[in-house]
Order: sequence, then C-alpha cells, then structure tokens
Amino acid sequence: MELFWKVAAEMMDPFVFLLILGGVTAGLFVGAMPGLTAAMALAVLLPFTFKLPPLYGLVALGAVYMGAIYGGSFAAILVNTPGTPSSIATAFEGYPMAKDGRALEAISLATVSSAIGGLAGVFFLLLLSPPLARLSIQFGSAEYFWVAMLGLTLIASLSPGSTLKGFLGGAIGMLLAAVGVAPIGGENRFTFGMPVLQGGVEMIVALIGFFVIPELFNMAAHGRAALAEVTIESRKRGTFLGAIRTVFSMPGNLLRSCVIGEIVAIIPGAGGSIANLVAYNEAKRASRHPERFGKGAVEGLVASESSNNVTVAGSMVPLLTLGIPGAPPDAVILGVMLMHGLRPGLDLFTVSGDLTYGFIISMGLAALYMMPVGILGGRLIYRVIVKTPHYLLVPSIGLVTILGTYALRNSLSDVIIMLLLGTTGFVLKELEVESAPIVLGLILGGIAEMGYVQTLLRGTALEHPWLMLFQNRLSQIIIVLTVLSLASPYLSAWFRKFRKPLEEQLGKETPE
Amino acid sequence: MKRAVLLALSTLLILTAGIAFAEYPDRPITYIISFNPGGESDITARLQEPVLEKILGVDINVTHKPGGGGAVAWSEFQRTAKPDGYTLIGNNIPHIIGQPMLRKDTGYETDGFEQIMWMHFTPNALIVRADSPFKTLKDFIEYAKEHPKVVTVGGSGSYSANHLETLRLEREAGIKVTYIPHTGTGPLAPAILGGHLTCLMNYSMLPVQLGDKVRTLAVAAEERVETMPDVPTFKELGYDIVGGAFRGVAAPKGTPKEIIAKLADAFTKTNKEIAGKQVPLGFVMTYATGDDAKALVDKMRRNYSDVIVDIIKEREKK
Repeated sequence: MELFWKVAAEMMDPFVFLLILGGVTAGLFVGAMPGLTAAMALAVLLPFTFKLPPLYGLVALGAVYMGAIYGGSFAAILVNTPGTPSSIATAFEGYPMAKDGRALEAISLATVSSAIGGLAGVFFLLLLSPPLARLSIQFGSAEYFWVAMLGLTLIASLSPGSTLKGFLGGAIGMLLAAVGVAPIGGENRFTFGMPVLQGGVEMIVALIGFFVIPELFNMAAHGRAALAEVTIESRKRGTFLGAIRTVFSMPGNLLRSCVIGEIVAIIPGAGGSIANLVAYNEAKRASRHPERFGKGAVEGLVASESSNNVTVAGSMVPLLTLGIPGAPPDAVILGVMLMHGLRPGLDLFTVSGDLTYGFIISMGLAALYMMPVGILGGRLIYRVIVKTPHYLLVPSIGLVTILGTYALRNSLSDVIIMLLLGTTGFVLKELEVESAPIVLGLILGGIAEMGYVQTLLRGTALEHPWLMLFQNRLSQIIIVLTVLSLASPYLSAWFRKFRKPLEEQLGKETPE
Repeated sequence: MKRAVLLALSTLLILTAGIAFAEYPDRPITYIISFNPGGESDITARLQEPVLEKILGVDINVTHKPGGGGAVAWSEFQRTAKPDGYTLIGNNIPHIIGQPMLRKDTGYETDGFEQIMWMHFTPNALIVRADSPFKTLKDFIEYAKEHPKVVTVGGSGSYSANHLETLRLEREAGIKVTYIPHTGTGPLAPAILGGHLTCLMNYSMLPVQLGDKVRTLAVAAEERVETMPDVPTFKELGYDIVGGAFRGVAAPKGTPKEIIAKLADAFTKTNKEIAGKQVPLGFVMTYATGDDAKALVDKMRRNYSDVIVDIIKEREKK
C-alpha cells in the first residue's frame, strides 16, 4: 500500500493530467459516434503509445477506454442511437427524457453516474482483486451457457409490447449469430457460397444497423417533428448539482448497478454490452414504478450508465491478475502490457507495482475528469445536434455510421450487411418487433452455443453428457436466478393481488 | 512527327517505369492483419512497423480485417490485391493449409500467396494446472490409455494448430482424448485455472503468461524453447510431433521477384531487431524466405495430411 501512495503522488504530474484529459476527451467523441467503439479507439491509439514510456501509454489507453464507454451515452440520449453497445439501455430512458425536453438533465445524470461507476470499478480493482479473480475462474462452459440463458430472460422486459414478439426478435438475433464459421466444428454455416460471410455478422454492425438506421429513416420521414419537442422545451436546464443530488438519492440502485457491473465484468467475454442491460432490468424489477420505465425513468438511466463504466476498471481484475481479457478493448491493453514486458499476475502488483498502480489510479482520475469534460462536451454536442437542421443531421449521421461500419473491419460487405439489417430493422419495428431483443440474441447466441456444445463435449465419456450442465454449484445458482427472473413478473402480480386484500384488512384493524 | 512524339513518350514511359521499379518502394505499403488488434499477429506487426519504415523509407500502414479465422482477409487478398508490392498480408500455418481442405467456400488457396517470409513459430505445448496429478507426459499418456475420452484437452479453435496437434498426439501415442475448441487463446486461461479441463494444447506463450500456476508437460518444437528450458520436447520423449503456429508475411501471387527479395531482406533485418522483445514471450524466431518458405509449407502439409485425411473420412461417415 505504501507503493500505492508513492505512485499516487507521482501521478500529480501536469503531463499525466493533460494525457488523461486528452484521452477522456478523445474517447468521449469516439464513443459518441455510432459505430466507433472503445476497442477501435484503443487500436488506433496503439502505435502512438509505443512511442511513449509504458506508464504514459497505459494511462492514455485507460483514459480513452473510460471516455469512450461514457461517450456512448450522448448519442443514445440525443438521437436514440447507442454510440457503443454499452449504452443500449441508456437510450431506453435517455431518449424519452430528451423528447420531454430534459436532454441536458439526462446528460448530467449520465455523466455523474458514469463517473461514480468508473470510480467504483477502480475501487473493486484495488481492493477486491484476489477474491474476484477466484470467482472469475469458476465460470466454466456450463456456467456460460446458463449466463446466456439468464441474459435471454431479459427479453421479456426489453419488449414492452408483446413478449412473444420479443422472443421472435431474440430468435432472429440468435440465427444471425449462427452465420459464419461454426465456433465448434469449423464448418461454414449460412454463408451461401460467399467467402465474406465466413466472418459472420459482427455485433457492432448489427447494433448500428438495428438501432441507427431505423432512427434515421424515422427522422427523415417525420422531419423536424421527430426532434421538435427536444428543442422547444430545452430551456428547462438540468443543473450539475441537481444531478448529483438525484443520483445519490438512490443509493440502493447505484450499489446494485455497480455490483452487477463488476460481476458481469469479471466474466470473460461479457463486458459493458451485457452489464448495462442486466443492471437496467434489475433496476426496473426493483422499482416501485416499473410502469414509468421506457418513458424517461431516471433510475434506468442511472443503472445503465453506472454499470457500464464499472466494467472499464472492473474487467481489469481478470486481466491484471490472470491475463484474461474480459472484453474486446482489454485484449488491446493486454497486448500493450505484454509488449512492454509486463506479465499479468501478482508480480504486476509488486515488481512492476508502480506501473500497475499508476495505471489503476489513472483510470480513477479519468472517471473524475469525465465530469467537467462531459458537462462541457455534452453541452457542445447537444447544441450541435439541436441547432443542425434535420436535412443536414440525418445525412451526416448516416455518413458517420457508414464510415464507422467500414472502419470496424475495413470491410465493404459489413456496410452492406449493416444497411440490409437496418432496413429489416425498420420494417420489424413497424411490426413492433424491437431492436433490443434482436441485438441481445445476437450477443448471447454465440455464448450460449459455445457453452452448450463445450459442456456436452466435456461429458463425452459420461453416459448422459447433458448432466454436465447441472453439476456445478455455480451453474445451479444461475439456473435458480434464471427461473426466478422468468417467473418474477407473474410472482409479483400474484403477490400484489394477495397483498391488497391483506392491506385492506390491516387498514380496518388499525385502531383509531 | 506524330510517330516521333509517340516514340519519345513511350520511351519516357518505359524509362520512368524502370526507374519507379528500381526505386521500389516509393509510396506507403499496406500491411493487412487478418486477426483482431491485440493478438499475436497484430503485436508482431506493430513491433515491425517502425523498423520496416526505417529500412524501406516509406510508411507502413497496418490495417485489420478480422473474420473467419483469417479466411475473410485471405480470400479477399487473393481475389483483389495488386501484385505490385504495396499490399502485403500476414498469414499463418496451419490455417492456410487446414481451412481450404476442411471448409467449403473458403475463397482462397494454400499456394495462392507469394510468401515473403515465415517470421516466427509458436510451438504447441501440453499444459496442465500446477496441482495436476500428471507430473510428466508419461503419467498423462498412461492415464489416457486406461481412460479413453475422459481426458479433456482445451485448445483454440476447430482444426486449428492446437486441434491438429491433439489429433497427432492421439495417433502417435495410441490414445483417445476429448478435444474442446474455444474461441481464441483468451478463454483457455480461466478454463484451465478453474479446473474445467484436464489440460490444454496451446502455444508456448501461455505458460509464460500463467507462470507457476501451470506446468508444461512437453513442447512440440525441434529443440527446447528458451523460455522453458526444463520442459522436454515431444521428440525427446519419443513422439514425432513438431507443430504449432507459424506466422509469416506474403505478397500477391505474381509480384516481381526483385520486390519479394527486397521485402524478404527488410523483414529478415526487422525480425532480428525485434527478436529481443519476442523471444522472452515464448516465440521461436524463424527466418524462412524464398525456397525455404515454400518448403516449410510443404513439410507442414505432409505432417498434417494424415490427420486431415482422417477428419475428412470421419465426416463422410456421418
């Protein structure tokens, strides 16, 4: 711990300050652009960091990562298109708030929640790394399968209209996930003789297609009207202090979302894209007014934005202790560490402790700097979007979207896939099949398939290989959670029916 | 008059073409990586980039085109890249050998590259958790013989270097194990540390990364690997298994010989310079250029042909 304070003092260097500030700002703008993801921002930055000393390189990467995950909320709130997959749920509440003329309030809330989430992640990383790392390796193939099943139960709450249509969307997503080289077996599936389809449908490509394109069609069709309300009532200002008060007025929600974010973060392969949805869902279930969700409920926004920023430092737990990247951007950071001769493991906290602690502290600082940068940057982006006439806004967003999709894998076919999925998404939306379940199915389809087949393979020598799915204690816990999650809407309805007469009875019996 | 001008112009054109050719390279070179940023191929390219720029005197643009285990980039490269030395691509053995044989519509051919160099080799290694009862390869094989299919071997991908090596071990040692593919090397560490698998067949970098949490029983290299001097090779123990992933760089088929030679020279110098950074991570540097590079592909194709034929037979049975 002595080393920690020594490093903390060293971090009070003006160059480090500028590096983090620059990193957060750059990350914020990258994250705000639909299609540009945190992993891409880090990959672009990679060659520059090699020219810096190792600590500065890692500091810059950490700051950009933090900024990018947060920046995704702007596009989600202002134009209903999550900038990164980590802010899908932010759009559910942020956009209705913006339509209500509460755009700036939503941005302030997202900023404060993100900063708190970022700090919470750093806190978990600093103090709870060893136990969390032990938990993280408990997840084997059977657990992955059940986690995916648990994730699929979110569909019920992500499709406010009809649950059946929600599951239809989920099924479409899972089918899309099956395109390309089979993860087990290695055969080509659904490629229709086209070699480019071996690469499958990239999750980000589908995300952009399903979320951005229908929204652009909508804006183009309804013109100003789609955004009109945002402009008219925007004089209602959300103050920063007000946002802090609001966020801290729900400590339970905050704590729950941060813990969910951390647990999802240490499961390798999940990351912010799942964390925000799970946290949102739990916030909705715990809320006394679940009917307000989807219409601008502050709790949902806070849950989504705090949980996704927890994953930034949170996913560093398995990375720094075991060398397991928890999310795609972490793979880039692991690469940089290995290049500088840093081996994950306990050595990292002792022998090269100054580097590791420096990196961790810088992520905490990045979370703090997000507040001023976010409040100023947020207002700037807000003005630009509100003041730009829609006939310029729609093509500009369209252009950025296409560039972003292309840049993802330098692939024109990805752009074509994105546009096709977008058009399909628009039609499906008209039929009330929402985009969120489709994307969720796409994210979880691959995880579920891998987990299921790997588990059955592991049981090859058994008489009933499928029993492997139920063997571990952790699997059983997740199965119980899945069943509870599926049953909870019915349970709570039943509970309410049961409680009403009871309360009436109690009311009568209360003495005067 | 007209003819004279034409003649003069065409001479000029030939001359400038000749000069441009002699001065290769005179504009930036694109270096395509067919895997995600942060992977071994990417890290290697990033290390090479500044050194290559210094030697060749032009910018090297590293771009990524991941998908299909490399096949998306390789198929597009063979279809569209111009053979002028300004578009290069990273490629791997055994990927380019196994994929076209085992998949439909891969869209490229093993011999459709003009190989500049095979730069390094990451041999396969058989890895168990530190507290595993298997202390030596002998323990492991004896147990596997008595308990067919009970032993689970995790590796990266289907019909990948890891998978093919596991199949070769089965043939060589007369055992039956259960191979379990994972998406890349990342998920293997938690799978072995959490006790979800008996052992791993993965590259020589993983034991370096996981340190004393794991034990390596044998490594599939010709000679012992620098980072693990105490680990015997399969060959020493009597099993003729040498294999792993070779990473190389290639130009489109039909690229002029002079350009390939110049690039081979530049990459050789670069490889020597970055060896100091790669060897401690578990890489084995190779310097196969020209005919050696072709011979290496042929040799590895022969090594793997038996197991690949077996796989195809088994598939036809289904």
